[in-house]
Amino acid sequence: MVPQDLRYTKEHEWIRVEGDTATVGITEYAAEQLGDIVFVELPEVGRTVDQFAPVGVIESVKAVSDLFAPIGGDVVETNAELAGRPELLNSDPFGKGWMVRIHLSDSGQLDKLLGAAAYEKLTKEA
Amino acid sequence: MTAVRDRLGPTIFERSRPGRGGGKIPHPPKDALSRIPAEQLRSEGPRLPEMSEPELTRHYVNLSQLNYAIDTGFYPLGSCTMKYNPRIDEWAARLPGFASLHPLAPDELAQGTLQLLWELEQALAEIGGMKAVTLQPAAGAQGELTGILMVRAYHQSRGDLERTDVLVPDSAHGTNPATASMAGFRTITIPSAPDGGVDVAAFTAALGRRTAAVMITNPSTLGLFESRLRELLEAVHAAGALAYMDGANLNAIMGRFKPGEAGFDAMHINVHKTFSTPHGGGGPGAGPVGVGEKLMPFLPSPRVLREADGSFRLERPGERPESIGRVRAFVGNTGVLVRAYAYIRAHGAQGLREVSEDAVLAANYLKTRVADVLDVPFERHCMHEFVASGATLKAETGIRTLDVAKRLIDYGFHPPTIYFPLTVEEALLIEPTETEALETLDAFVDALRAIVAEARADPDLLHEAPHGSPVRRLDETTAARQPNLRWRTMTGSQTPCPD
Amino acid sequence: MAYGPHTPQDRAAMMAAIGIASVDDLFADIPSSLRASSLNLPPPESEVELSDRLRTLADRNRVDLVSFLGAGAYRHFVPAAVDQLLLRGEFYTAYTPYQPEISQGTLQTVYEYQSLLAELTALDVVSASHYDGATATAEGALMACRATRRERILISRGVHPHYRQTVCTYFGGASLVADEIPLVADGPAAGTTDLAALELMLADADHPVAGVVVANPSFLGLLEPMAEVARLAHAAGALFVSVVEPVSLAVLTPPGEHGADIAAGEGQSLGIPLAFGGPYLGILACREALVRQIPGRLIGMTSDVDGRRAFVMTLRAREQDIRREKASSNICTNQALCALAAAIYLAAIGPHGLRDVAALGAARAAELERALADAGAPRLHPGPYLNEFAVRVPNAVEVHRRLLGRGVLAGLPLAQVEPADPALADALLVCATEVTKPEEIALFGRALREEMERGRQPSLEGPAGGSPAGSTAGPAGEDAR
Repeated sequence: MVPQDLRYTKEHEWIRVEGDTATVGITEYAAEQLGDIVFVELPEVGRTVDQFAPVGVIESVKAVSDLFAPIGGDVVETNAELAGRPELLNSDPFGKGWMVRIHLSDSGQLDKLLGAAAYEKLTKEA
Repeated sequence: MTAVRDRLGPTIFERSRPGRGGGKIPHPPKDALSRIPAEQLRSEGPRLPEMSEPELTRHYVNLSQLNYAIDTGFYPLGSCTMKYNPRIDEWAARLPGFASLHPLAPDELAQGTLQLLWELEQALAEIGGMKAVTLQPAAGAQGELTGILMVRAYHQSRGDLERTDVLVPDSAHGTNPATASMAGFRTITIPSAPDGGVDVAAFTAALGRRTAAVMITNPSTLGLFESRLRELLEAVHAAGALAYMDGANLNAIMGRFKPGEAGFDAMHINVHKTFSTPHGGGGPGAGPVGVGEKLMPFLPSPRVLREADGSFRLERPGERPESIGRVRAFVGNTGVLVRAYAYIRAHGAQGLREVSEDAVLAANYLKTRVADVLDVPFERHCMHEFVASGATLKAETGIRTLDVAKRLIDYGFHPPTIYFPLTVEEALLIEPTETEALETLDAFVDALRAIVAEARADPDLLHEAPHGSPVRRLDETTAARQPNLRWRTMTGSQTPCPD
Repeated sequence: MAYGPHTPQDRAAMMAAIGIASVDDLFADIPSSLRASSLNLPPPESEVELSDRLRTLADRNRVDLVSFLGAGAYRHFVPAAVDQLLLRGEFYTAYTPYQPEISQGTLQTVYEYQSLLAELTALDVVSASHYDGATATAEGALMACRATRRERILISRGVHPHYRQTVCTYFGGASLVADEIPLVADGPAAGTTDLAALELMLADADHPVAGVVVANPSFLGLLEPMAEVARLAHAAGALFVSVVEPVSLAVLTPPGEHGADIAAGEGQSLGIPLAFGGPYLGILACREALVRQIPGRLIGMTSDVDGRRAFVMTLRAREQDIRREKASSNICTNQALCALAAAIYLAAIGPHGLRDVAALGAARAAELERALADAGAPRLHPGPYLNEFAVRVPNAVEVHRRLLGRGVLAGLPLAQVEPADPALADALLVCATEVTKPEEIALFGRALREEMERGRQPSLEGPAGGSPAGSTAGPAGEDAR
């Protein structure tokens, strides 16, 4: 079961919208697929990102994956704790393992994202 | 295996004792450095270890014994062509005439090496069906870069500036897309056809005005000859693009298939694979590149030239303005090329053809026998290597290919390449080469059979394998999360300088 | 077949198991229209014939001359233990250590190599290894571009011309810009990197600089103002790539101390034979902060499931087999055995030995400077050097050629590698190392004096045919000046 209050992407990111700020991370499914995550590269605060553009990198021991912005806007915060504890992505992907906060530029873009049920269906088909 | 584990020893830094060693270099006069300005001098000497020669010798001999090597056993690492490395090649590379020759020595002092390099170029061009060869690239990946940079120069010389894409099949070695990026191209990945070959329809659909080159590994990384090669090369050339062949798998086709004749415009040759120079724990190798007519003007400089009087010389700076330039300092990994030359001369045409025949025969024999034990997804005859899969085994027992590979170590074998190509689930890419005796191939199959039986009877034995190796499975996660890449507590150079 | 084990019976058994009548059946996938024409190569040779051929070729090279040639590749003493230990088949014939459980020999020695070079360069991270000094320098420059997300580097004309040309080749592919920093034309700093020009180039706000690349000692043998270059580079937000010669680091300020972010260099001096240009050892090192940008293999210390200390390839996700088109480089096969040779060399020779190699080379070079000055060939530049320097010799290409006939390889006529630089038209680049003998220096001085005196008399010989490589590199007219 994935958290029902979030939206998702096909690239296995989740997004939580509070007001005009969105918190972004990767799903538990993504973290499991990657295995032990050893490093994350996050965008600098202040950068403007387009929806679905690559904004970071997630490395595990033997795989690497891009992080895509589920939504466009300005990066307002990144999770500094991940630099020293990338394992948070494995242990608490929907909580302490959050990665980026983005100030939304266009909430209409949210319509392009998946709901919990649709995302869950996607992971079961994979 | 306790004895082996005892060889796991301290590092040279832990072995260091102040005051040990010395006796190698005469002491310089005390004022040797007095003319150097103080601000240019190092404040504190490097704390290198201090070791006596007996300690040093034991350190390295004991460490060497922790390695598995082609000299110690069967090494069926697919796509790496781990064949026996002839000893005469080592002897030759160490002849003082070769080993002590300075790379900038005037041509008249270097006639022996220049002749050898020139003859090697001719031989490699003949083997590849190419018009000319550069020996400069230091490795296969650098050969790829050299080839793709020549492709770029070719299109630019024709004013054709829109070609931004390089097409690469999804089964390719990672070096192909990485090379395309380094050469400033965008990689377009093309899915393979169900039979493991290039999907000609997908390739043709992607080909166009923007295509600079396609990079094809033939035989493919699945060990299969591209049977639709002709159509593919015709389509590439019709689109105005060039065809680059990754020659990693040349060991299968010597004397049977010449890429240049078939229409490839460039290829690299990994001499440390096909022509058996030792791999040295990761290198050095050499990656000569053969080209057809179109790319000849762009070959890196300097080339080795033969003069009308039969003497040899290196090209001079600026002599061939269309050249892409240098891809490295000096001429090339000459020491490696001496070994390759010796190998080719030992075999001649017939011998090289037999090398490929025996390599392909051994691979097909092994494939036939392994098919009784594991999945073998492609039934047609393979070339010098083949892909097996542990997919069924995993479905039935939960044992992964990784576990099978690790257990092979306990049976005294180096595991095959695993999880490559990426297009086959639970892949094992197995390349026996032509230098393994029949009884070795049989013993390998017996080991695989025993391991599959263990997978059903005692899966934990496999999950925890290897058991008898010098160390067991490693904590790679911590190694990557908190990298320790150098020894920090240096103890050397504690003694005052003896002079 | 020379090295294969298969008897006719073995082959027959394999064919029977496969179910084929002929090996040709296995090649049926090759379309008939694509089958090779016959392979036209010289016939196979027995080991007796082959060894004779190889010895004859090797003997055709001349390595008996007294040599003062360096220019990026140096004659050094190599302790006998280095090659003896290197030849252990377990090191020699292993592949890349993909299976760490049975590769601890390679892995630990490479970790030790990284540590030794980190100590020499005073940096944190050393990748193991690159093809040579030129490609390591190019990779260092590319690293600077990735790390700063800028697209232009400045490279001093004091960097080895082959390295500059290699950087140019690599940068051309990636559509990046490499601009050359000129050298000071005259005065006390003549021949070193022009700091005023560097400052101006760095100030171009429209073309921000990713990295500044300067070599110490320079190609001309001169010591460069590295700390000052570092200060200027950093003030402009650029990284500093220091190109170094590892033996010199026993005595000269290392990159980590003179402010470098990245160090690159040629490791051939560390126990690796000249071998006409390779295989050599590309050294590439950097500060901790750049660890994710460095290309090439990295070995880390870790432990196995039983808690034993062990070593493993790490930070693999930077590499081409995982990251593919986004990899930090396409490098795969490297120069691992040369890195092992360097590690054994450093362990065998020790800290004092390495210092002695550097200092003895410096002492011999000072003797050489005196001998050549006495012969009428003064230094071209006034600044300090370690063990290599340029001397002014009128008609250098011709004098160099004549000295070959007297058994002296008189360094490198600089016009051969820098044909376009008039300041270097009449110059030889010479070096001395710990293996240079005083009597060799005396011979060189004597022979040079005589040839230069002869050169001042009207020449009876025209430029000979079959002359050395570079003798026609300079315009023929220059000989008359």
